[in-house]
Amino acid sequence: MPYISNTDRDRQKILSVIGVQKFEDLISSIPAKLRLDKPLNLDEPLSELEITNKIKAQTCQNICAGSANAFLGAGVYDHFIPAAVDTIVSRPEFFTAYTPYQAEVSQGTLQFIYEYQTMICELTGMEIANASLYDGASAVAEAILMAVRKNKLMKAILPATLHPEFVKVIKVYTEGIGVELLTAPEKDGRIDLKALEAMLDDTIGSVVVQNPNFYGNLEAVSELDAIIHAKPKCLLIACVDPISLGIINPPAGYNADIVVGEGQALGNSMYMGGPLFGFFATKLDNARQMPGRIVGATLDKDGNKAYALTLQAREQHIRRNKATSNICSNQSLCTLAATVYMCLMGREGLKEVATQSAQKAHYAAVELCKIPGISLAYPQAPFFKEFVINTPKPASQLIKLMLPRIIYPGVDMAAFGKPNALLIAVTEKKSKADIDALVKAMQEVVK
Amino acid sequence: MSQTIFEYSTAGRKGVSLPKREIDTHLDSLIPKELQREKIARLPEVSEMDVMRHYIALSHKNHFIEKGLYPLGSCTMKYNPKVHETLVRHTCFANLHPYQPEATLQGALELLYELQSDLAEISGMAKVTLQPVAGAQGEFTGIKIIAAYHKAKGNTHKTKIIIPDSAHGTNPATCALVGYDVVELKSKSDGRCDLAKLRELVDENTAGFMLTNPNTLGLFENQIEEIAEIMHAVDGLMYMDGANLNALLGIVQPGKIGFDVMHFNLHKTFATPHGGGGPGCGPVGVVEKLIPYLPVPMIDKNDHGYYLDYKHEATSIGKVHTFYGNFAIMVRAYIYIKMLGAKGLRRVSENAIMNANYLMKRLQPEYHIEHTEFCMHEFVMDGTKQKKEQGISTIDIAKRLLDKGFHAPTIYFPLIIPEAMMVEPTETESLDSMDAFAEAMIEIAKECRENPELLHDAPLCTPVRRVDDVRAVKVLEPIYPIKD
Ligand SMILES: Cc1ncc(COP(=O)(O)O)c(C=O)c1O
Repeated sequence: MPYISNTDRDRQKILSVIGVQKFEDLISSIPAKLRLDKPLNLDEPLSELEITNKIKAQTCQNICAGSANAFLGAGVYDHFIPAAVDTIVSRPEFFTAYTPYQAEVSQGTLQFIYEYQTMICELTGMEIANASLYDGASAVAEAILMAVRKNKLMKAILPATLHPEFVKVIKVYTEGIGVELLTAPEKDGRIDLKALEAMLDDTIGSVVVQNPNFYGNLEAVSELDAIIHAKPKCLLIACVDPISLGIINPPAGYNADIVVGEGQALGNSMYMGGPLFGFFATKLDNARQMPGRIVGATLDKDGNKAYALTLQAREQHIRRNKATSNICSNQSLCTLAATVYMCLMGREGLKEVATQSAQKAHYAAVELCKIPGISLAYPQAPFFKEFVINTPKPASQLIKLMLPRIIYPGVDMAAFGKPNALLIAVTEKKSKADIDALVKAMQEVVK
Repeated sequence: MSQTIFEYSTAGRKGVSLPKREIDTHLDSLIPKELQREKIARLPEVSEMDVMRHYIALSHKNHFIEKGLYPLGSCTMKYNPKVHETLVRHTCFANLHPYQPEATLQGALELLYELQSDLAEISGMAKVTLQPVAGAQGEFTGIKIIAAYHKAKGNTHKTKIIIPDSAHGTNPATCALVGYDVVELKSKSDGRCDLAKLRELVDENTAGFMLTNPNTLGLFENQIEEIAEIMHAVDGLMYMDGANLNALLGIVQPGKIGFDVMHFNLHKTFATPHGGGGPGCGPVGVVEKLIPYLPVPMIDKNDHGYYLDYKHEATSIGKVHTFYGNFAIMVRAYIYIKMLGAKGLRRVSENAIMNANYLMKRLQPEYHIEHTEFCMHEFVMDGTKQKKEQGISTIDIAKRLLDKGFHAPTIYFPLIIPEAMMVEPTETESLDSMDAFAEAMIEIAKECRENPELLHDAPLCTPVRRVDDVRAVKVLEPIYPIKD
């Protein structure tokens, strides 16, 4: 039997040391009528070679975005990942360990989390970050819940420009404790600031802004601070693409109180959208209201530098139903990938990735819009690496027509109420030739 | 030694080579200046070798399964097969995008469909969603489903969930997040639910009961049928925390013994790696009547193939994840189930139970064990004897164990056992490694008697000495002060 060490002889020895005749004697506490009386109905077991062949056959039925010419984003991005990332992440020392409960034999994990927290704070301009949440969507939800703990105000405003899948998750996470979610309308692909201002009153606990937003557009963040903080208790929650922070104003620059986002783009493969990870950072005076695990630097008994889980009195294992969150296991290994990624990129690398993504996205937008019938959906709005185009035919048709060319031109916006629109993401991985091929194919299929 | 990566930073050093710019428009012509970052983010400037040396050095400071026994009770730290890692990294898994056309995702969707079905069979549940990404998120999904069921039935008066005092902290935390009041049920002296007390607590306002089975003492809740009857009589639903499913594979199907909803922990029972604290995966199985409330999308198939099914969105609780959950973890669990089959999975549980009983038997002479009947896949011993006789706490014993090359058991949990040490060897440990662990524990008991100072000083041989976690709170230092 694979992965079980005990031989028949071992089993005999174990049973005799315990002092029973047979295995069944050990489970006498399970009433007989509750026990399964036949084997589970599962496939016959496969050997390692057989499962390898089966998996290979199965994956062959996929045509992955990696081997296609894909322009898909909307929360999950295909940025370049240096080989060294996987070399580190594949170390059993990291991936078969668990939550660093015993600090003395978990310094490797604890220290990388500390470094990760530092890098997230450096990118966002915040003062404290946690070790991760499940994904960007639940991170926004947790931020809203933290705002409620802090100011006891039960209303939150979500912009119409927030990722619709995030909105669904946020609703599920916040309705239980009775948070009322309001929607600030959009205008020309960005938050309608006048409307937002009109909605704000002293009962609003937090306002979420996604920047770049779901359409890829950059919000007029510099105006948000004054509008939102005109209500002194109201917290500004910024949800950002960490890659964008290579060139885009960090949320501290517009006085965000809590910064969250989807971290996958930092060194993690797409894996059909999971695992992802949510990052969560804020100002130091919110530390005791934060969700999730936090690592802090400290000293060991000999006075040497060491790391430990800190502020644990917030967490479920101590505070139970009064905890700041129910999260236990998080997405630790994904943050290791992110940490290694950020180290390898360094200051200039991240800026370069962001710059090239922006340059190539803008080139693609310009070239696509030369095609008759295609135009930018939000021509006024500045964008980063993603943009929406209006198409002369339903996007679903264009996507289908491009399938034989193995081009995935973008995300069909029909599911989000815009049937004749495509959301197109361009990362630094796309070459000019890839983009030109998209444009050429588009010319053909829109006819 | 504990230098951070920031201290390696040298201006101008690079760790990556990126393609040269093919389209070199000036940024200011693309993005308004006021939206741009003024000051560069001070990430470390290091070479690839610096990065490798640093993180490999850090890795050496971790305990991990390949290094030695990791008896962290309730966490099921079994060996993680390496074929999972090789196969999951196949580019046609790693580079799939969630918004690809369905026609191009058929292999992946088929795999998920089969995994859903296999987990349904293993649990005896009617249907399984793979979307929740951890045990606690599985709990959240399950309790939301219970709430949705009651809402649909007009059971607005149902405001409370009953949870035994031996439960994991995520159980009450989850109920609070869903908006339920938590009522704690005291355990009786045999470590199981007290039915008389349960009857007193249950009333029309009870929405459900959350039970871990086997419970966190490693005991099978053998009155489960009666408990389910009491709950179902008031239309309360039975939730099973499946963290301990490693004891039940092919032995008991929770869906057939009275549970209505349960979560799995693929990172425990199904050998997917714990990742230093995740990512995990926490699928949820439900009985027939709860299917309408499962999150969207489900994976289904028709004549055209496999597809993401949003049909029941109107009744569904909604979504708990941006996309479809931790796909890469599901692939690993799928491989595991396919390689073991029915017989192999049953063997897993049998050996997990035998190994736990073996260790319990060997340690019983030296350590107090409150519940000495045969355990399931784990047992709880405690340090009360050492505390009383030598003034040594469980934490000291745990730290000394680190010196001897083992990870410590889960300590101070469950909360109802003072000085608790929860031991779960798992089925993948050999007799030799269990003997080595038992001898280490026995030796520690001897050290407690002969050299108690040693225990207070422990650990002595680990990468750092005992870490001051009180100071970590008092002098909060969550980030490194980067220099320009
Ligand atoms: C009994 C029990 N329930 C729930 C959980 C939470 O699972 P997760 O950490 O995957 O969220 C755990 C985790 O250790 C557990 O032991």
